[in-house]
This record gives sequence, structure tokens and C-alpha cells, in this order.
Amino acid sequence: MAAIEVVDLSMTYGDLRAVDAVSLEVAEGEFVGILGPNGAGKTTLLEMVEGLREPDSGRATVLGMPVWPRNAGLLPRIGVQLQASAFFERLTAREQLHTFAALYAVPVREADDWLERVGLVEKADTRVEDLSGGQAQRLSIACALVHDPELVFLDEPTAALDPQARRNLWDLLSGLNDSGRTVVLTTHYMDEAEVLCDRVAIMDAGAILRFDTPDALIRGLDAPTRILLADGEVLTTRDPAQEIARLADEHRLDGIRVQTGTLEDVFLDLTGREYRA
Amino acid sequence: MRSPRTRGPFLALSLAIVKGFVRDKASVFFALIFPLMFLVLFGGLFGDQTQSKVELVQVGQVALLDEMSDGARGAFDETFDVEESDDLAAALEKVRKGDADVAIEMRGDTIVAHYTQTDQVKAAVTQGALQAFVDGTNVALSGQPPRFSLETERVEDDSLSTIQFVTPGLLGWAVAMSAAFGAAATLQGWRQSKLLRRLQLAPVSTRTVVGARVTVTLLIALVQTAIFIGLGAAAFGLTLTGSWWMSVPLLVVGTLCFMALGLLAGAITTTTEGAVNAANFMVLPMAFLSGSFFPLDAAPQWLQTFSQVLPLRHLNEGMLDVMVRGEGPSAALWPIAVLAGFALVVTLVAARLFRWETT
Repeated sequence: MAAIEVVDLSMTYGDLRAVDAVSLEVAEGEFVGILGPNGAGKTTLLEMVEGLREPDSGRATVLGMPVWPRNAGLLPRIGVQLQASAFFERLTAREQLHTFAALYAVPVREADDWLERVGLVEKADTRVEDLSGGQAQRLSIACALVHDPELVFLDEPTAALDPQARRNLWDLLSGLNDSGRTVVLTTHYMDEAEVLCDRVAIMDAGAILRFDTPDALIRGLDAPTRILLADGEVLTTRDPAQEIARLADEHRLDGIRVQTGTLEDVFLDLTGREYRA
Repeated sequence: MRSPRTRGPFLALSLAIVKGFVRDKASVFFALIFPLMFLVLFGGLFGDQTQSKVELVQVGQVALLDEMSDGARGAFDETFDVEESDDLAAALEKVRKGDADVAIEMRGDTIVAHYTQTDQVKAAVTQGALQAFVDGTNVALSGQPPRFSLETERVEDDSLSTIQFVTPGLLGWAVAMSAAFGAAATLQGWRQSKLLRRLQLAPVSTRTVVGARVTVTLLIALVQTAIFIGLGAAAFGLTLTGSWWMSVPLLVVGTLCFMALGLLAGAITTTTEGAVNAANFMVLPMAFLSGSFFPLDAAPQWLQTFSQVLPLRHLNEGMLDVMVRGEGPSAALWPIAVLAGFALVVTLVAARLFRWETT
């Protein structure tokens, strides 16, 4: 059974077709990333799949159940992180987690474990207003996961995180996925999508342009390989094996770097380079 | 699945809201301290309206004062603060500048009082009191017993003393203000932080969330009531009349009514500051026009008629009737009905204007 099944989903704001007849299927246990420039319709798509918005047309099914109208039986099985500030005012990190745990009938002790998992033990008694951006982000992820959901939606979970926190969160998310949960996230970081995601959907102007594994997307780009030599010379080639063999013969392999196409190249190739909103 | 270490969603939400309120110094100040400042101001300053003593300058020898018996002199000193001087011109200058209220001198057997009309009440008190002392001294000197005598009795229980009037009104205003601000700020704050959306995705009903918010606001209103009545009774001599307990159901519907107004303020604005300002804009003028701070008896008829469309007017009237005017419990029924009607209509309007997000 598919974890998510989306058929012909559309949403229009005034003249703007925010989401334009999108169809999508995510298998159970899959880790899927949605990439797209600002205003591409990622958040609107996600909100319709989560059951927050009624689509103008089409339908979305999650874990075999329709998401609209609000389905109270489905809610305990999904976890949603909307944005870092969706907190109760002036509560500490621990109180915040306890409150969300109570909404899902999760024991307080289990909720406390999450402080450790997201590295906030030392900030347990700090009010949310006094947390740094990254700490607030980690707390909001803990609040989304506190009831151990089967399917997790994360909206730009690593925005505002420093590199250490970002890697730690990657480990946490991979761990979730390894234990069989389905994860859907939106992100601006291509390296993140490449490392974490089984499949990546590239979205622009309300439509999904490609939906495939990162490898297949990069191969599809058919970009030449670039070899950067230690002396600054750059070689561009379609046959890297032969070129590297030649460099080895000339004893010029020390300090070289080989660049193939990246997900970022795919992204820019598909969505263009002009500035977005 | 539920262990004993689990809190119910209603209790958890209520607790979260209470903590959020108690830790917000501004909210606590405006709900509790600010209205109490008004109570202390009205009850303490205006409650005890004794005139200050009349400053009197005695120029030279004044037989009236010098020949007064000890008892009469004591009564005289209750009213006048006497300063002696030999310089008439300087004494007159003092009166003119307002440093003294009256200067007296003897011209033969006549006492001449120089006074200023700047403070008309004091001028009248001065003339009346001096005349009384002159007459009293004349009677005493004649050796005849006085034929008529005067006894005075206070009649204050007929009209309400200051503290009796201001406590119900200020309490109504305080409850209305914190209910409206609380609802407006919560709706806006939760909408902006997307907490409303987040709660929509949690398995709790709207009823539970709204119920928790209403319960906390009612608790705050009860705390306000206890503090107001406690302080009024302990410090300013507030005396409650028979069916004062009917003020509790009155305040409950009043709270619901002003929470609805707060929701409306939250629905028509896009920022938390805007919501609080809109709530303020509704409640503060309403407090003046509804007689929370001063009685409307002296107000023009059109204002008295207009104030009937303001819910706070009905809350104030009901509170006055049951708390200090000694009316029976039934006096609160009509105000309760009116407030409930307001609450219902405004809630329906706010619900129509409700949006999940600010965009």
C-alpha cells in the first residue's frame, strides 16, 4: 500500500495556480524530498496532503485514508513540523514537549527522551523565546515526532541550523527512515536531498517537473565531467576514465578533484536561474 | 496506551495557557495591577473628601480669638490654621497669592475678614465659619442660653459612597478588558506562529482547545473578583449587599461576551499588536460610556440612551444592583440575558470572519 497517493491535486489562489494537477505516489518506508524555488507551490502541496487545506480538485490519500475532511483517526499516525515558531508562548522546551505529548496521550517520560535525541537536554528549562533558531527548529521537530508517527512531514527542517546540527539531524532522520517510517521533507539544500532522499521531486510553477532518484536525475542531465588540477587547470571531458589514465601517466594526479553533475545542476537546469519571490 | 503519567489534553492545554499568562508580565499587570490602581485611586483619594484646613492670618490683636473659651478654640482650630502677623499689607499679599485663604483684623468692635474668591467653596466655608464663631461668642457674652440648637446626621447610606460605586464598575471593566485582550492576543499569536494549524493536525477537538482558553479566562476573572472585593472590603470599607453572589454568573457571561469581542478584534486584524489595539479601542471608550469610572446619572439623556447598546453598561448595572444596591438575585437576570445575547451574536460574526492564517 502506498503511504501517500495524490491524484490530480489542484489549488488556485485568485489567478495563480499554486498547485496544478499534481499526481504523486510515495511508497511506505520511502524518504522523499520536494525541491523547488520559493513560490513553486511546495508548501501548498504539502498542506493539502496533510489535510490542512481543501483542494480545489483532485484527491489525496494518506495511509489508505482520505485526508479531507479532517480525519481524527489519521492524525495520530502522522507527524507534522510546520515551522519553527509553532509553539505555546512562554513555555520551556520541556513544557512544550509535555504539552504536545499530552495532546497525543504520550507519557511524559517518553516525551523527555526526545530532549536527548535532539540535543536539547541542557536547554530543557529555557523558554522557547530564548532558544536560538537552530534549537527552536530541533524542538519543533521533536514536537512533531513525540508520538512516534508512521509518516512524517517536515517543512525545511534544517533551515537555520549550523553544520553540526544539520548533520546530527540527518542522522536522526535517516534513523527514523531506517526503522520503517515514511519521511517527506521540503528543502533548499541539494546536498541534503542527495544524501537523505530515496527519491526527489523537483517542483516549479505548481507542477512536478521530475520525480526520480538523485542518481537518475543527475545521469539524465548528461553533464560533462570537470577535472580540477592542483595547478589550477580545468579539464572538461565526456570520458573521465581515459583522461584520468592520461594524467596518471603524466604523474599529475596529486591534488586533483573530479566533479560530475550535481543535483544543483539538475535543479538549475530545470528551473532556470532567474530570481524568485 | 495511557499511563498514569499522562495528562489529558484539556488539562495540558489549560496549564500551558495559564503558564503563558502568568509569565507575561504585561498581561498580569493589565489584568490585575492596573485596575487595582484605579480602585486605590478612586477608593483612597476620592473616597474621603475632607476639606483641608483654612489658612488664616491673624493681624495684630483679635479679641474674638484671644477671648475664646478653650472648647471653642479647639473647634476653631479644627477648621482654621492660624498664623499671627503684624503686617496687614504682607498678610493681604499672602491671601492674594493664595498662600493663605483669609486675613482678619480688628477695627474697633468689628472683625474684618479679607478673603479671596479664587476657591469659592473655601470662601463660603470661611465666611460661614467666621460668622458662626462671631455669633457664638456674642451669645456666650450675652449670658443667655441659646434658644435653638443644631444636631447633624450623615445621610450617606442613601446615595452610594465612592468605594461602593466604583468597585462593581471597575471590576466589570477589568474583567471585560482581560477577557477581550486574552482572546484577541491568543487568536492572533497562535495564528501567526501557526500553532493553530499545528493544533488542527493534532487529535484534539476544537471544543477542547476553545474550552481550555475559556476556562482559563474565567479563572482569571474569578481571581480578579476575589482580589477586588477583598481589597475593597479590607482597605476601603466596601460593604456587599445580600445577593452579591449573583455577580459570579454575571461575570461569567460578561467574560464570554468580551472574549467574543476579543475574537472579533483578532479576526479583523493581522498582527498581535493590531488585535490588542482593536480590543482596547472597543473596551476603553465603552468603559467611559458605560459608567465604569463615574456614574452616568449626570450624563445627557442621549448618552444614557446610547449606553444601552453597550454590553458593559448592562454588566455594570447588574453588578451595582446585586453587589451594593441591595437588589434581589432577579435583578441580574436581565443583564445576564442581554450579555448572553451579545456573546452569541458577536461569536457568530467572529466565526464568519475567522481565518486560519493571516495571509
